[in-house]
Amino acid sequence: MTSLLKRKRARVDALAESAGTSLAADALRRMARSPVALLGAFLVLAFLVLAVIAPFIAPKDPYQRYPELLENLRPDFIPGAQPGFLLGGDELGRDFFSRLLVGAQQSLVVGVGATLIGLVLGMLIGGLAGAFGGWVDSWLMRFTDIMLSIPSLLLAISIAALASRGSQTTVIIAVAVTTVPIFARLLRGAMLAQRHSDHVLAATALGVRRRTVVFRHMLPNSLGPVIVQATLTLATAIIEAASLSFLGLGDPDPSRAEWGLMLGNSQRYIDVKPELAFYPAIAIIIVALGFTLLGESLREALDPKNRR
Amino acid sequence: MALLEVRDLRVVFQRRGTEPFTAVDGVSFDVDPGQTVGLVGESGCGKSVTSLAIMGLLPSRGNKVTGQVRFEGTDLLTLGDKEMRNRRGRDLGMVFQDPLSSLNPVIPIGLQVTEVLERHRGMSRKVAMVEAAELLGRVGIPDPRRRLSEYPHQLSGGMRQRALIAIALACRPRLLIADEPTTALDVTIQAQILALLKELVQDTGTALIMITHDLGVVAGLCDEVNVLYGGRIVEKAARYPLFADPRHPYTHGLLSSIPRLDGARGEKLVPIKGSVADNIPWDHGCAFAPRCPNALPVCREVTPELEAGDVRSLRCHNPVLPGTPAAQEVSA
Amino acid sequence: MLRFIVRRLLQAIPTLLILSLLVFIWLRSLPGGPSGALLGDKATPEKIEALNKVLGLDQPIFIQYFRFLGRILSGDFGSSLISGEPVVAEIGRALPATIELSLAALLFAVVLGIPLGYLAASNRGRFLDNSTVIGTLVGVAVPVFFLGILLKQLFAQDLALFPPSGRQDVTIDPTHVTNFAVLDGLLTQEWDAAADALWHLVLPAIALGTIPLAVIVRITRASVLDVLNEDFVRTANAKGLQATLIRRRHVLRNAMLPVSTTIGLQTGLLLGGAVLTERVFVWGGLGSLLAQGIERRDYPRLQALLLLAAVVYVLVNLLVDISYAIIDPRVRAS
Repeated sequence: MTSLLKRKRARVDALAESAGTSLAADALRRMARSPVALLGAFLVLAFLVLAVIAPFIAPKDPYQRYPELLENLRPDFIPGAQPGFLLGGDELGRDFFSRLLVGAQQSLVVGVGATLIGLVLGMLIGGLAGAFGGWVDSWLMRFTDIMLSIPSLLLAISIAALASRGSQTTVIIAVAVTTVPIFARLLRGAMLAQRHSDHVLAATALGVRRRTVVFRHMLPNSLGPVIVQATLTLATAIIEAASLSFLGLGDPDPSRAEWGLMLGNSQRYIDVKPELAFYPAIAIIIVALGFTLLGESLREALDPKNRR
Repeated sequence: MALLEVRDLRVVFQRRGTEPFTAVDGVSFDVDPGQTVGLVGESGCGKSVTSLAIMGLLPSRGNKVTGQVRFEGTDLLTLGDKEMRNRRGRDLGMVFQDPLSSLNPVIPIGLQVTEVLERHRGMSRKVAMVEAAELLGRVGIPDPRRRLSEYPHQLSGGMRQRALIAIALACRPRLLIADEPTTALDVTIQAQILALLKELVQDTGTALIMITHDLGVVAGLCDEVNVLYGGRIVEKAARYPLFADPRHPYTHGLLSSIPRLDGARGEKLVPIKGSVADNIPWDHGCAFAPRCPNALPVCREVTPELEAGDVRSLRCHNPVLPGTPAAQEVSA
Repeated sequence: MLRFIVRRLLQAIPTLLILSLLVFIWLRSLPGGPSGALLGDKATPEKIEALNKVLGLDQPIFIQYFRFLGRILSGDFGSSLISGEPVVAEIGRALPATIELSLAALLFAVVLGIPLGYLAASNRGRFLDNSTVIGTLVGVAVPVFFLGILLKQLFAQDLALFPPSGRQDVTIDPTHVTNFAVLDGLLTQEWDAAADALWHLVLPAIALGTIPLAVIVRITRASVLDVLNEDFVRTANAKGLQATLIRRRHVLRNAMLPVSTTIGLQTGLLLGGAVLTERVFVWGGLGSLLAQGIERRDYPRLQALLLLAAVVYVLVNLLVDISYAIIDPRVRAS
């Protein structure tokens, strides 16, 4: 009898897994055919590579103020391109091009850091709610509702304001907290849907332990929407971090090469040298667009409605 | 002259980047005034697509419809969108499978009945409301005046289907198409709805195309039956000969897979093996051959034609012998 | 309907209570605690202790919470550390500016977004649809403040078509009635003041409204596509109804359900975006109060703004629920 049960368990598990893998493979295949997905993947990949190698390929020290650039620096003139300085200097006489490159790294750290923290905390809350249900679920969800009821930028602002002095860590944490309720609700919703799905009912009916059901059946099958959301969150996290920097809640150290900060600081010089504002902004837009395109096409590919 | 003459109807779906898929593959049949004709087959056999093509309700893109659908002599396929809209609801009515999703959830029942009266019979809203109550009463909805202001979710499944029938018959169409009208309903309700349909078409002289996978429905209702497989008609006969003496192995199989009360104990249900594949090719032999118990080598090579006889038309190289009982005896 | 509204209002109460608790905890976790926050730069340990006594911060924590609750319920949010003025008065003066800007942005997003989403859906896969979809994707990737800077640079500085900042030209001396600049101009029949205020609204409203616009277009498109596939639309076609009637009565009404929710969800985005937009256009609304409050760590002001934002959000979502109930009879029943 026990061996029969074991066999049945194995069969149910195999069934659930095969459904999972074929879905993922199917989604990948469809994404490889979609130009939008490919563009998104390309932008994201380019950004990742750039962020990693930026310090090594930056032609100048991004934090150094160069005499060649300082020489001509006046309130109404910021030097443009010249030999050795591809995009000229910034408002403090540093190499603008190198700072733009290194800025990719800063944005990646903030985006990935915030998303990861938010993801882990959110999955913990959502997973607990989804796995236990009952009062645990209703209280955790009420909590996330309230967090959602505060506009995310204001929530980030109030959390960043808790620190007496801004820093990159504050920005990461502040942005991360705003994403927690989203991930929590998402995972919980997906798991709840799973709870009543036939394959989980079948596993439960066969006497598979709850832990096994949760970890082997409910969680893996709920991951699709979470991955999609994480990709989209990377885009919003980078924009939100830039917004915090722009408002002066980021690192007060003006030497830091961060796109949002660069954009904020250069606003005063927009008549003198508009590139100082536009290039960081365009960098933010391209990266955010890359993650958005990738996330959206992932969502579309994973949508069972689009399967054929 | 027949009321509706469908000639060599063919519907090919073509989505970008996919192989074209022939859902209906040269179907022809007639419907006389007041007659009830059945289109029978498993899901995917093309019966619903046929009905949507007759109604002109297929999506405007991604498919190609050829052949003729002559209604009182006019080929509906040649009509423009405007002319088709003038006919739908007035000359041709349709009842769908799922009454809940087929009614607009955010509009009261009354308006959903009156809008068709306003459209085709030129009634004012006020007059149409009186008529709508009358119609709902006629299809057996109790307290119809009160129902007018209710929403679909407040009605039971059977009531909703009655309301849809009232809508379809509101302008006294000469042809009603019922696409699996009882599939989504409880068994007891199914019988009521069928009885209602039968009564209404008899009273009003409306011709009816009954689309179903349920042979029980066919037996109780249809004058003539077309059995479809893979987008083609495989057997066509009047009700009695079809049931008493099914000749196509597929029809025979369909009948054998129904439990019978008068069968001997120990008699087994005989299912048809396999299921309808996504795209059934009729190019190389008979599409049913892979599932057919009677299949001969020739069946896999030569595509059978629909051959008309005195009693029936049949598309088969090796039909079931006359008089073979629908369920095979299996000794216990 | 009234019962539905009352029930929803009652349901909002526990949310607001827990929210006040969160703000209370937030205040207490500030560096130096509430007293330190109140004293700001002047804080010394002795001064903090003295103020703690005055504020009753030596009392048990739950008594403190109820006092805090009592204070905010009676509308006492303390005085701003920057201006010394009661926070409520400050906010009262700045609120109309932000509401005016947010409403203008929302109007821009809705009036443009719903038709555009509908057009995209009914031309699915064609050029118009594809370019709209790409536009929405780019739209959400542009930071609000950069869009503001860009619009300002282009249309105010370079082309000089619109004023670069402020709500009204300094040469205009309008009569203040409601502090809604456009409305005041209309009420007092100072047409030039109204027109000028409207003129000032254009760029900020576009900057703030672009992301909501992109979101509304996408949701409308997706929701119309969903509804077009519904069985009841097929039924309506089977009845032979005219295409325009089907669009109006059957498609749009059902498609508006998710759209109305989305519009509600945009309030949060608008409030956050207003902070950034107001900063770019020197608008002088709540966003400016907030930005200034952050720079100077003006906690009484921040606390009040935080609570206000949440209350507004809860109220707007109540409005959305009501609109939902008006459109969808199934919601009314449950």
